[in-house]
Amino acid sequence: MSEALEILFQASFWVAAIRIATPLLLGTLGALLGERAGVLNLGIEGIFVAGAMTGWLAVYLGASLWSGVAVAAATGAVFGLLHAFLTVTLALSQHVAGLGITLLATAGSHFAYRVAFPTLTQPPRIEPFAPVGWAWLESTPLLGPVLAQQTPLTFLAIGAALLLAFVLARTPLGLAIRAVGDDPAAVEAQGLSVAALRYGAVVVGSALMAVGGAFLTMSAFNAFFFGMVCGRGWICVALTVFASWRPLKAVAGALLFGAFDAWQLRLQTLAGGVVPSQLFLMVPYLLSIAALLLAARRADYPRALMKPWRRGER
Amino acid sequence: MTAEAERPAARQAAGGARARPPLLRLRGISKRFGEVVANEAVDLELAAGEILALLGENGAGKTTLTSILFGHYAADAGEVLVADQEGRLVALPPGRPEAALEAGIGMVHQHFTLAHNLTGFENIVLGTEAWWRPRPAPPGARRRIEELARRMGLEVELDRPVGQLGVGARQRIEILKALYREARVLVLDEPTAVLTPQEAEGLFATVRALAADGRGVIFISHKLAEVEAVAERVVVLRQGRKVADRPLAGTSRSELARLMVGREVREPIRRPRPPGEVVLALDGVGAGSGRDRIEDVTLELRAGEILGIAGVSGNGQAALAALVAGLLRPERGRVELLGSTAALSSPAAAVRAGVGRIPEDRERDGVVGELDLAENLALERLAAPETSRLGFLRRKAMRARARRAIEAFGIRAPGPDVPVRLLSGGNMQKVVLARALDGAPRLLLADQPTRGLDVAATAFVHERLLEARERGAAVLLISEDLDELLGLSDRIAVVHRGRLAGPFPSERLDVPTIGLLMAGHEGGLPAAEVAA
Ligand SMILES: Nc1ncnc2c1ncn2[C@@H]1O[C@H](COP(=O)(O)OP(=O)(O)OP(=O)(O)O)[C@@H](O)[C@H]1O
Ligand SMILES: [Mg+2]
Repeated sequence: MSEALEILFQASFWVAAIRIATPLLLGTLGALLGERAGVLNLGIEGIFVAGAMTGWLAVYLGASLWSGVAVAAATGAVFGLLHAFLTVTLALSQHVAGLGITLLATAGSHFAYRVAFPTLTQPPRIEPFAPVGWAWLESTPLLGPVLAQQTPLTFLAIGAALLLAFVLARTPLGLAIRAVGDDPAAVEAQGLSVAALRYGAVVVGSALMAVGGAFLTMSAFNAFFFGMVCGRGWICVALTVFASWRPLKAVAGALLFGAFDAWQLRLQTLAGGVVPSQLFLMVPYLLSIAALLLAARRADYPRALMKPWRRGER
Repeated sequence: MTAEAERPAARQAAGGARARPPLLRLRGISKRFGEVVANEAVDLELAAGEILALLGENGAGKTTLTSILFGHYAADAGEVLVADQEGRLVALPPGRPEAALEAGIGMVHQHFTLAHNLTGFENIVLGTEAWWRPRPAPPGARRRIEELARRMGLEVELDRPVGQLGVGARQRIEILKALYREARVLVLDEPTAVLTPQEAEGLFATVRALAADGRGVIFISHKLAEVEAVAERVVVLRQGRKVADRPLAGTSRSELARLMVGREVREPIRRPRPPGEVVLALDGVGAGSGRDRIEDVTLELRAGEILGIAGVSGNGQAALAALVAGLLRPERGRVELLGSTAALSSPAAAVRAGVGRIPEDRERDGVVGELDLAENLALERLAAPETSRLGFLRRKAMRARARRAIEAFGIRAPGPDVPVRLLSGGNMQKVVLARALDGAPRLLLADQPTRGLDVAATAFVHERLLEARERGAAVLLISEDLDELLGLSDRIAVVHRGRLAGPFPSERLDVPTIGLLMAGHEGGLPAAEVAA
């Protein structure tokens, strides 16, 4: 038992936890931005796949790593644009549109991959992002060495969380985004465009999700293969509620999940053979559900979430 | 005063009228929603410094007209012209609130446009600052708002999320929002519906000051006394058409009512009637939480009697209403209906025991907007034989009943199958009333039964309440409209901070006295009358 707890004091454990948390953080930030503006984006799972695929493919075809990230973000933005068109302009059901986008983006990515590489059995590899390894960070006590082992995208994700927290809390834009998720009529009455705010939030949010996907193929691994996203998008949807739509709480939520996941991986090696590994795989999900139940009881959903807004109707 | 002295003033007024340039002109505005004609070829002009009252019964198209002016809706035909800085009238692009705001039009919406998750301050400054700035408003904004609020008598907590504020506070924020932008044309759509008389008085002073400052004001209200207090000119809409446009001076209230409704409106009169047995009894009751709590309330309500409850909203009325509706159990003391405490133990029990309920917020608690008229009427008796048999709804019987209610209550609706959400406020209230009175209730709870209703609908509701009393029902009437309370109630109690003063026989009360009691001055009443 004590060995199970000792894991928590190993630097490698925290390195893994943060690595696992990074794509979840990016996805959660994207989801919460859209939801703050009143649009649920269940396209997230598919947008993860599409970002993972296109970012990686761009690099494989010779683009730089950062260009690959940009390509992934642009892919996400395009799907975001589609989602916004369906849910804002056409005011369709956000659930249905989102699930449709997940199916479309997932299938489209796999199809494009097969078309690009019809005969390969081994997935082609790229040279992924390397850990930053900044010397000053290495020598910072406590978290320094752990953070120095992370790739630049992790820092991008943390930066995005801080920026988003600031924008939502302190800027007129943030006010408007929060207001449009609560009562679009209030926003319209102040001369702001409900549609522009929602489009913006969904498009930027989807870009963040896609970068989360790109992290998988360009940082965590070095190749694209089927099923690699594996429900991470859905985890983000739950983490958004867990974080009560706050970017900094999203950091905590993603870390918590990352830690559970890293922990169970290590437990498997400890207790392997005795306990079936599938049970360990369940651990982060079970604990997340428990944490979510506690957090979601008091969840304060944006009031206009999932309510289509049609101008001039009552 | 001599004729000599009067003349300059008169000349000034006449000269003033000629010199007053138009600020706003609506030309041939028409708007339909499906079959409903909301506006039909409406022309309207507003001069600088003028206060114009826009009147009309529920559903006459007042809100639609002002929403077109503000750009929420685009008109099917017609145009909106607003004076620019040089005084030339320029057409506004239709359907663009930002253009209306830019042109100096401010609007206080009938259905508040406030984000509940933002504070009052944030709601007021929303959309006034460049989006990328690292602050929600310029440094001086806060002081300006506080200053404005103080001057206008609209003081309100600016740092609490709006969702935590009461309706009165929300109304004040909605007004401050328009004033903060220094609108040249201010549209007030029923701004006093939830204000106390004192607050309304403060608002009128503001409106007059704005007009004296050269701005134009359009004021919508169903309360004719208010209209007479502030407006100079009146425009009346009936079924979307303009039927009158004239100075208010020389137009009587009954004439205004006739213009709005198209026929004479007569307020019913309460006739003396000996009260019967005790129907509702509260003994030392404490219940509720927060601002809506009552403390140590003792009260008896008899058959054939209307007991009025006066008070500024949020002083415990909600707790009292919830107790009577079976939604709240007392923490202390006893609540008995016809001698039984079990009768009010749940809403279902209350309905079974013969309590008819008209809730304060009809759209939230009174009707289910998506259900049709017939279904809404049947909601309280789903298991009753006239509604269902063996678990299946008897659609035909329900529709027949709805048709009878439409007939008896004069509900203006296309038929029993219309979703109630599409009805106007007054007609929705008639549906609630029809359901509450169905089955001849022993006790009728009427919580703000005429809020937002026009003169004719108000008179209709009053008539029905008196009819129920005549029949021997006990009526608990909670209202902020003191004229209504004085006109209908046999006795009136005043609630302040959860405690009850009275009840007093209503003949011994008048508006100022009730006003004092509402503000918590128990000493406002001579001891002898308190004893009565
Ligand atoms: N968005 C809408 N969709 C459908 N019908 C509407 C809409 N807005 C208004 N109506 C209808 O248009 C008519 C005019 O409504 P409006 O709200 O302008 O009346 P009003 O004069 O403001 O009434 P009240 O005194 O109750 O506020 C009503 O019959 C109403 O049901
Ligand atoms: Mg209206």
